[in-house]
Amino acid sequence: MGNNNIDAIPGADVASPPPSRNYGSFLKNNMRDYGMLMSLVVIMAFFQFMTDGTLMEPLNLTNLVLQNSYIVIMALGMLMVIVAGHIDLSVGSVVGFVGALAAVLIVNHNMDYVTASIICLFAGAAIGAAQGYFVAFFKIPSFIVTLAGMLVFKGLTLTLLEGQSLGPFPPGFQLLSSGFFPDFSTTEGLHLTSLLIGVVLTFVGVVVSLRGRARQVRNGMEREPFAFFIGKLAVIAGALVYFCYLLASYKGIPNVLGVMSVLIVLYTFVSNRTVLGRRVYAVGGNEKAARLSGIRTERVSFYTFVNMGVLAAVAGLIFAARLNTATPKAGLGFELDVIAACFIGGASASGGAGKVMGAVIGAFIMGVMNNGMSIMGIGIDIQQVIKGLVLLAAVCVDVYNKNK
Amino acid sequence: MHGIRKTFPGVVALDQVNLRVRTGEIHAIAGENGAGKSTLMKVLSGVYPHGSYSGDIEFQGKVREFADIRDSEEVGIIIIHQELALVPLLSITENLFLGNEQASAGVIDWHAAHARTRELLRKVGLNESPDTLITNLGVGKQQLVEIAKALSKDVKLLILDEPTASLNESDSDALLNLLLDLKAQGISSILISHKLNEVSRVADAITVLRDGNTVYTHDCHAAPISEELIIEKMVGRQMESRYPHRTPQIGETIFEVRDWRVFHPEHAEREVVKGINLRVRKGEIVGIAGLMGAGRTELAMSIFGHSYGRRISGKVLKHGQEIDTSNVSRAIRHGIAYVTEDRKGLGLVLENDIQTNISMANLAGVANGLVIDEAREHEVAEDFRKKLKIRCSGVLQKVLNLSGGNQQKVVIAKWLFSGPDVLILDEPSRGIDVGAKYEIYSIISALAAEGKCIIMISSEMPELLGMCDRIYVMNEGAFAAEFDAAEASQEKIMHAIVNHGEQHGQQ
Repeated sequence: MGNNNIDAIPGADVASPPPSRNYGSFLKNNMRDYGMLMSLVVIMAFFQFMTDGTLMEPLNLTNLVLQNSYIVIMALGMLMVIVAGHIDLSVGSVVGFVGALAAVLIVNHNMDYVTASIICLFAGAAIGAAQGYFVAFFKIPSFIVTLAGMLVFKGLTLTLLEGQSLGPFPPGFQLLSSGFFPDFSTTEGLHLTSLLIGVVLTFVGVVVSLRGRARQVRNGMEREPFAFFIGKLAVIAGALVYFCYLLASYKGIPNVLGVMSVLIVLYTFVSNRTVLGRRVYAVGGNEKAARLSGIRTERVSFYTFVNMGVLAAVAGLIFAARLNTATPKAGLGFELDVIAACFIGGASASGGAGKVMGAVIGAFIMGVMNNGMSIMGIGIDIQQVIKGLVLLAAVCVDVYNKNK
Repeated sequence: MHGIRKTFPGVVALDQVNLRVRTGEIHAIAGENGAGKSTLMKVLSGVYPHGSYSGDIEFQGKVREFADIRDSEEVGIIIIHQELALVPLLSITENLFLGNEQASAGVIDWHAAHARTRELLRKVGLNESPDTLITNLGVGKQQLVEIAKALSKDVKLLILDEPTASLNESDSDALLNLLLDLKAQGISSILISHKLNEVSRVADAITVLRDGNTVYTHDCHAAPISEELIIEKMVGRQMESRYPHRTPQIGETIFEVRDWRVFHPEHAEREVVKGINLRVRKGEIVGIAGLMGAGRTELAMSIFGHSYGRRISGKVLKHGQEIDTSNVSRAIRHGIAYVTEDRKGLGLVLENDIQTNISMANLAGVANGLVIDEAREHEVAEDFRKKLKIRCSGVLQKVLNLSGGNQQKVVIAKWLFSGPDVLILDEPSRGIDVGAKYEIYSIISALAAEGKCIIMISSEMPELLGMCDRIYVMNEGAFAAEFDAAEASQEKIMHAIVNHGEQHGQQ
């Protein structure tokens, strides 16, 4: 620890103020976080009603997860990029490029899919590093660098695929997207193993939250009133168990959900609890202050792009496995959904603020709207209009809250 | 201007200020930093609109109530600020007529505009093509463009805020001659300047401001200017016991800077710090006095991890050993900390809470490996909150909502947590109310008593005289003098600055 043994300065002592127990003011200051969660619930309830219950059917729910996994995974990386004060427009093209690379390696060159996937992840890292280098060390605005990247990788995708679709992939590779957790039970119609995993992990999550809360209380640093904490925890835990139950009554937990969950937990931890995460927020919040505090701001920005590249590669592999073919059109427009998810999730356009859970919920809000409107038979044209307006409304609410 | 009074929340910036400028007169205004010169000029030019101050502004026999700058420009009062308001990537012509385009029905008549520009440039003696981009002109020529812009608006009273602060000798000369020319054409000027030699050359009258009051007006035609008198009027305030009592225990020299030279980051040929030698002993508070633009912040930031300037040369020594301070983390590792003068812009992440800001410069101190131990971080922040008496609703409060004094304490806490031996404080009491100032001074003395080396940069001379054991006087990038606390006085410091400035001028 640093040397902070200076004597107290003379004068009246400042008593430790009691933590605020005022529910109203707490709710007002944290409207964003609860509002997000509530919007997701309201939107799901709305579509559940409008689609006569189709939305929450096990089959549809499974599809919802499969359709949105790659958006959620990329939103994790995009959040880091946005928090650091940048943007990455190239992720959609990188998804396409990595899919094409995987197809060329596996289908054309008969490489085994594990090696090919690892090569693809490294390719993603290299792409991120290249773009990050120009942004961080060359000081070219990320908007321009990644706009260029978007064009470059779209072009390279076409080159790799020679303008045609390439497939199919071997069954093992497809399992990445279409596989489910194996089931060892014999119960008819219900995948008990999946349900069990869901329940156990939810229980572990609840225990970890409670212990974290206890530790905060011991140090007098809890921010959230107890009633809100318990209420939120109960709602989320209940929703997770119910969600797993629904999935279990179809084919069980999809492999992709496993990958996604692990990444969400990992990124939540990195952003909240690690030195690196803290630095990303500091750089985005005030780059000059961060630099004068000894943080190598260029390096931090660089890492966020490398990370984004890897996650875009993961998404690219999942997407290719899901389609079972690599097409030149893969990933088209993904960047818009990913960026929208982050902003709907409360990330600040000027950097320095945004939460991993927010981006995940933002991605699911987009996903549920896509899915619900499609079931309702709303045309793709109107869907775009509505999604655009929702994005604008979410950010307006943010700005309004901030100025209040 | 009669009985002008202007207050900001918590401070009276101007009180009972009277100023009379006659037609065709160059009227100088002198005063220390913070005496209220710029505020007064902003009142006069309508930056602070009528109603936000009390008192009357009378111009050409009529009481004027300016709602904004446009109103004052309409009657011919034009202010040229210290920071020039030119658009660097537009041409001279475009800048001259910005907001006042030579247009009919929205279409700009470039022929007329260029013709007017040539005429105006001839008037101010600037031999440049109207198409030249501002960015390709030196600062001196940019000043002339500003004046040409004023002339294009039919100026009657021109206000110049420290016009020669960033000019070299020949550019300054040209500018002063231009003012004399304009005077001959019946245009009055108000010249705010620290450089008494310039003032005495051109001014017809001098008004001295101190602590927001007009304390003295001198008619240069009645009697020649006495620098002694002006300086005395500028600084002649009573020293109050606003500083904690301390008994310095000074040890051996710990920190030394030798022949430190720094060049401007953009104007590569401009030397901003010119061969500074500085030493600080254990437990000593060393002050650096000087006017704004003397290069003090540049000196401090360049020492602290080469955060300012380029082509930096010289040596930094600690305990007689040369140390590498070429980036911020190295400087921090060698026990150097720099508390910035711009705490909002460079010191804090305003959107983050107190706790996060305090740990920012020493994350390793609250982490196990790469994982932050929030409980320890909280403990550290609580500790500082109590010791430095940071008034807040808790260390989880955002620093955005703290008062200036408490924000400053957070910045100081951040640097204390990095465990420094040498603490450089840049304007530590700027923008802080009197009570909090005393607390900040107490913290500084406690640190010195602990044996830390303190370097304190300040534009407030009483503060330096009240706190420091030794004072360096900096002027135009070099140390003009060095005083022990016992022998220093405001007059001596001012003399050192003025004399150094004049010697420099003769070279």
